[in-house]
Amino acid sequence: MSTGDTGNEVGSWAERALRRRWRAPVMFTVLGLGALVLFGLLAPGGERSTFGISTAGDIVEIDPVGVPSRQAAILLALLCLAVAGYALLLTARAEPVPLWLSVLFGSAFVLSFLTWAVAGETISLTGALQGSLALSVPLIFGALCGMLGERTGVINIAIEGQLLAGAFLSGVVASLLGNLWVGLIAAPVAGLLVAYLLAVFSIRYLVNQIIVGVVLNVLVLGLTNFLYGRLLSPQAQTWNSPGRFPRWKLPVLGDIPVVGPVLFDQTVIVYCMYVAVLVVHVALFHTRWGLRVRAVGEHPEAADTAGIAVNVVRFRNVLIGGAVAGFGGAYFTLGAIGVFSREMTAGAGFIALAAMILGRWKPMGAVFAALLFGFANNLQSVLGIIGSPIPSEFMLMAPYVLTIFAVAGLVGRIRPPAANGQPYIKS
Amino acid sequence: MSEQEHDTTATSGGEQRQQEPSVSQRLWRELTTGSAMLTVLSIVLALAIGGLLIILSDPRVQQAAGYFADRPSDTFAAAWQSVSSAYAAMFRGSLVDFGEYSVVRAVRPLAATLTNATPLIAAGLAVAIAFRTGLLNIGAEGQIILGAVGAGYIGFTMDLPVVVHLVVAVLGGVLAGAFWGGIAGFLKARTGAHEVIVTIMLNYIARFLLAYLLTLEAFRRAGRSDPISPYVAESAQLPRLFEGSRLHLGFLLAVVAAAVVWWLLTRSTIGFRLRAVGFNAHAATTAGMSVARSYTLAMCIAGGLAGLAGASQVLGTERFLSSGISGGLGFDAITVALLGRANPWGTVAAGLLFGALRAGAVTMQAETGTPIDIVLVVQSLIVLFIAAPPLVRAIFRIRVRSRGLGAPEARGWEA
Repeated sequence: MSTGDTGNEVGSWAERALRRRWRAPVMFTVLGLGALVLFGLLAPGGERSTFGISTAGDIVEIDPVGVPSRQAAILLALLCLAVAGYALLLTARAEPVPLWLSVLFGSAFVLSFLTWAVAGETISLTGALQGSLALSVPLIFGALCGMLGERTGVINIAIEGQLLAGAFLSGVVASLLGNLWVGLIAAPVAGLLVAYLLAVFSIRYLVNQIIVGVVLNVLVLGLTNFLYGRLLSPQAQTWNSPGRFPRWKLPVLGDIPVVGPVLFDQTVIVYCMYVAVLVVHVALFHTRWGLRVRAVGEHPEAADTAGIAVNVVRFRNVLIGGAVAGFGGAYFTLGAIGVFSREMTAGAGFIALAAMILGRWKPMGAVFAALLFGFANNLQSVLGIIGSPIPSEFMLMAPYVLTIFAVAGLVGRIRPPAANGQPYIKS
Repeated sequence: MSEQEHDTTATSGGEQRQQEPSVSQRLWRELTTGSAMLTVLSIVLALAIGGLLIILSDPRVQQAAGYFADRPSDTFAAAWQSVSSAYAAMFRGSLVDFGEYSVVRAVRPLAATLTNATPLIAAGLAVAIAFRTGLLNIGAEGQIILGAVGAGYIGFTMDLPVVVHLVVAVLGGVLAGAFWGGIAGFLKARTGAHEVIVTIMLNYIARFLLAYLLTLEAFRRAGRSDPISPYVAESAQLPRLFEGSRLHLGFLLAVVAAAVVWWLLTRSTIGFRLRAVGFNAHAATTAGMSVARSYTLAMCIAGGLAGLAGASQVLGTERFLSSGISGGLGFDAITVALLGRANPWGTVAAGLLFGALRAGAVTMQAETGTPIDIVLVVQSLIVLFIAAPPLVRAIFRIRVRSRGLGAPEARGWEA
């Protein structure tokens, strides 16, 4: 039993590595065929799907676009299959499947699904995209936070807590001082405090990072719920009436159809998000700082030998991440709703974690994953209104199922930073 | 480093058991090595911070503090009044109410404590047994939901003889939970998918699955439009243990489960294998144990225990299924298992403590208006303090020798 088993284990590992490379293209093919059959061939013909483009106040009015549902869905499914074919070809040549191909596949698949789902109905495309972005904003901030930590090897399960803390403190400070901007400054401070606890416990006291993260989530949830019940709810006028940031329409960009109202007619928090994504992307992959950060996450011993203070880099990055997530939390109160409510982040921190993983620890990837999740989440409410062929609960489940598929290696290989989760003890 | 190595040996428990010391010897050693001391200090510290929070957020204290310079005594009196009334209510609500004249009424709070402790113990064991196998089971929440769905469905749709119905319903809950936990274990074993990610995602999938099921005809209570299930049939209910309280047979089941887990971990070959894998997966592989099988098995058992918690909630405490059937129990279970140091009897003790906090907090909220959520704060602070002994040592400026939590088990996403 003993030696034989070990041999099998090794054999199956090699086999698995070989098989895993094929999984993504095979999965694409299966999904593409599924789309072709379900959304195209089995769907009743003769109906049209109509997408509204223009929103009120556009300079150039564009008429809603109507397409024959069945034909359009089939066309998009064929595009999916073409992508899958190209991916198969690449894999046969032992080349990696690039990210843009996955994004293209995802977009075509989702659009195919959409034309099928709205057959015989009309939805506003711009509205749907606006809603998706609104739901994605905190996810993107959270994913950036997780990424900053995990790139140095510190797993951050407390994103949820940091978002909630940011939402809470920004709302309270903005209410007490009557100034939204001060609230916006307070938000990253709240995230920073939670991150500081995470860093102290996991880096200085070497407590398991995941455990600290889980416990911190409970702590922040308890604290905000307690203070909500004690102060914010009974004395809402003083404690919980921060109000919202106005939307700022950018001069020229804001007038572009579809893109303008979706991307460039937003609150200051969203504009900050664009900047944050760019900054994190450039900093991580095109600066010396980023190289050091990644070195610490991949091979702390080597980084240490090269003279990098591993735990200092980790500590700092966890704090920066916390500030980013805290800032993102302000979107819930000051950007979207205008008041704080109990448990208002509702698991966004965990979806952000999933977006980071699905985006393969890269800012751009995480943005696309977060947009996909936001889109799925928004779609369930849109389809709920027009009467969807799929129960809304299943649409809500989709991000989580997708993430499980992803970590199980069904949609491509996912490789986290090598030293992720391991405390560094200098010997 | 050496401290940690020593710690892990103690965690596995092998060292202690070889000498088979008597209970009193073991107790004495626990007290002198500081584990118990650390626990007590952590609880005191957490309650103190919780008290501070209660004082600071009390409007009456804030009012008195407004003229602090004129009459400082008022502020202190209001602060004392605020915290003492809250904690006194918590005591009355969780242990004994001396204000009551009849014995049954006086111990009713104790029954409430045991009722609250029931799911915490069962789900805490689910986290503990996975922890001992080197797995972090964040998915008790989802496993509880599945267990509740399984038990509930059998409870309110099937028509079976008296004893059989209850047994089948409980088993259904356990199996449904085991299935949900098993998914994470299987994926971990076969593909290396990290169990933390998978279990977190399964929690949400379970939550939406429950929401969906509650929209179906079979799960809808007649004459109600809100998502709430029919009551489980009387033949499938866990019998109440005594009049005037919700305490039910599920509590005894949870204690039996703790005994079984204790036996499994310390006396059986399976448990030895699980612990060996948890202690050092590479060494266990070399010794001819299948790590993959152990992971799957451990998560199945864990899921089953959490399923038992769900079954006991739906068949005993609530007696119907609603979207809030788990209500964060799965996350409380993690703190319970950590406080209990992933030890079955420790988990029972921790479950009783947190059950008492929960039960007491209900009375506290009713009598003093202090929000029940203070329990979450105290609970998480206790675990944080216990996890980092050097911190408590520094705060109290004393020498407490004890092991922290988790450091040896810290691994990456893919390990």
